[in-house]
Amino acid sequence: MKELVISGNEAIAYGAIRAGCCFFAGYPITPSSEVAEELSLKLPEVGGRFIQMEDEIASLAAVIGASITGKKAMTATSGPGFSLMQEHIGFAAMGEIPCVIVNVQRGGPSTGLPTHPSQGDVMQARWGTHGDHEIIALSPSSSQECYTLIIEAFNLSEEYRTPVIFLTDEVIAHLREKLVLPDSKSINVVTRKKPDVPPENYKPFDTSFGKVPPLADFGSGYKFHITGLTHDETGFPTDDSKKTAVLLKRLQDKIIDNRDKIVRTDNFMLDDAELTIIAYGAVARAAKEAVLAARERGIKLGLFRLITIWPFADKEIAEISKRMKAIIIAEMNMGQLRTTVESAVKGRCNVLTVGRADGEIVTPSNILEKVKEVGIVH
Amino acid sequence: MYTEIAKSYLRKEKFPSVWCPGCGHGLILASILRAIHKKGWKKEETVMVSGIGCAGRIPGYVDFCTLHTTHGRALAFATGIKFARPELNVIAVMGDGDAAAIGGNHLIHAARRNINITAIVFNNFIYGMTGGQKSPTTPRGFFSSTSPYGNAEPPFDLCNMVKGAGAVFVARGTEYHLPALDTIIYKALSKNGFSFVDVIVMCPTSFGRKNKLSSDATQNMEWIKSISIPKKKAEGLSQEELQGKIVIGIFADSLRSEFVEYYEREILKEGKCPKNTKSD
Repeated sequence: MKELVISGNEAIAYGAIRAGCCFFAGYPITPSSEVAEELSLKLPEVGGRFIQMEDEIASLAAVIGASITGKKAMTATSGPGFSLMQEHIGFAAMGEIPCVIVNVQRGGPSTGLPTHPSQGDVMQARWGTHGDHEIIALSPSSSQECYTLIIEAFNLSEEYRTPVIFLTDEVIAHLREKLVLPDSKSINVVTRKKPDVPPENYKPFDTSFGKVPPLADFGSGYKFHITGLTHDETGFPTDDSKKTAVLLKRLQDKIIDNRDKIVRTDNFMLDDAELTIIAYGAVARAAKEAVLAARERGIKLGLFRLITIWPFADKEIAEISKRMKAIIIAEMNMGQLRTTVESAVKGRCNVLTVGRADGEIVTPSNILEKVKEVGIVH
Repeated sequence: MYTEIAKSYLRKEKFPSVWCPGCGHGLILASILRAIHKKGWKKEETVMVSGIGCAGRIPGYVDFCTLHTTHGRALAFATGIKFARPELNVIAVMGDGDAAAIGGNHLIHAARRNINITAIVFNNFIYGMTGGQKSPTTPRGFFSSTSPYGNAEPPFDLCNMVKGAGAVFVARGTEYHLPALDTIIYKALSKNGFSFVDVIVMCPTSFGRKNKLSSDATQNMEWIKSISIPKKKAEGLSQEELQGKIVIGIFADSLRSEFVEYYEREILKEGKCPKNTKSD
């Protein structure tokens, strides 16, 4: 068993290569640059390709281009670059091209706080590109999870032919800690379904093979058309309202129908809890400390950690809310997930937010102060 | 035979096209297809990428691996395709607004990088699909739906720009001078490195009507003919004499190490990433 002391950003690069990533295109931006730096070093060693593009728009375009030739491909950025990438997150969603977009969140809006952490992009990840579409977004809480979860990110993008957003933050990105490299048998690597019909019968959006149609590679003998325009099963544009409705519904269904397989969560001392913190990313670590401190004082506090941010763990939160006096959401923003949690809780218990958007992590004492407030409420 | 060759590369069931009567896009497309035929490129090993606009619709009509992307980004997608799978033949077709305005940054960087892609701009001085707004190549004083008093801005000379950025093959042709265009595009496809062709083409519907050339195709073509000067002849003329003229010919044809070949030779090592083969 190999152990390393490694930052989250480096762990993402290592995990990506383990997942079969053979192509990276990106543009330098703090605090994500180590992902690009590490891959510029490591990708050529495994026969992979690294390119630094002229901006983030071009970076995701090149990633999508590479993916259409059958390569697992990724980019990494932070808030300002993530804003620029929205155009092609939409293209990848519409063209159903697998790709992984790492967003190491920093303070915003605009240039904001380049070297400080944030979780201010959770709603941009969900709704940043125009039009209706589902998205998958995952959030790691440790170097270990950066490694294992980025593999999951690739797997989900390949399985569902969709862009997957890896929402990490500056704390997790730069925190150096132990990574135990899992033995290869314990790692599952998924590769997209390829067509087995002859090229002349191939349709890139053929739903007779299910809601996630097989995707051929450019250069593998199959000729086909991909467009960002609304299209039918053949891939060619249409503005027929019935066909449009069918396409948009399928883009939604292929994720929502499989939400139980996509949604990953974690519990800490939740079984007997009367109060729950909902947290993700770096804040989940502070929340764990808060749980332990509260328990010492006899308060039955638990932690529900989101690993998948989108699709949202609404069913799970609804279930928990039935036995809680209150739910406290702790996140490095001004309460972005609150309405989403409230719509899952449906008034069954109080929902409070501990939010910070000042470039500092939410601390255990920030959370414990909020716990005290709940004590007063009840 | 001249048109039959081109026809054999079309997705005929996708016609009629979206293009207006008198539009020259079909003529340029046929020239590209003849050049591809002469190169002997297999359809399934040829990729055509486009952005948005009237030229953006071209890939939908041709029987290759085709990718219709976002406005201005054709070359960024094409770069990903070529770098990931260099054995494919990659062509990017763009409009003038597409390539020179929103996609200008991608154009100069593709030229600088010298990646083996052929970029062809369908330069009709106008945003045709959105209804005839001025573009970065609209000549000064000319009319469009957003320059109702005449265009106040000077235009780009795309060939100068792309040559300056380092492209190894740079040329300009027109829809009027088709045999010459066939030769130019064939040379561009043959070049190992970033090759660029600026093709002057008319949009009678928007540019022609607004600029007293009428919507008549032949009248528009006659105008192109009247203002075109071969490069050799232009070399003896002053800037004043060249005012309002279009210089056609080959402006760069040089040698420089190609990006993907350099990467594969100097940087890439053997590894687990699958190597591509044509039968893969």
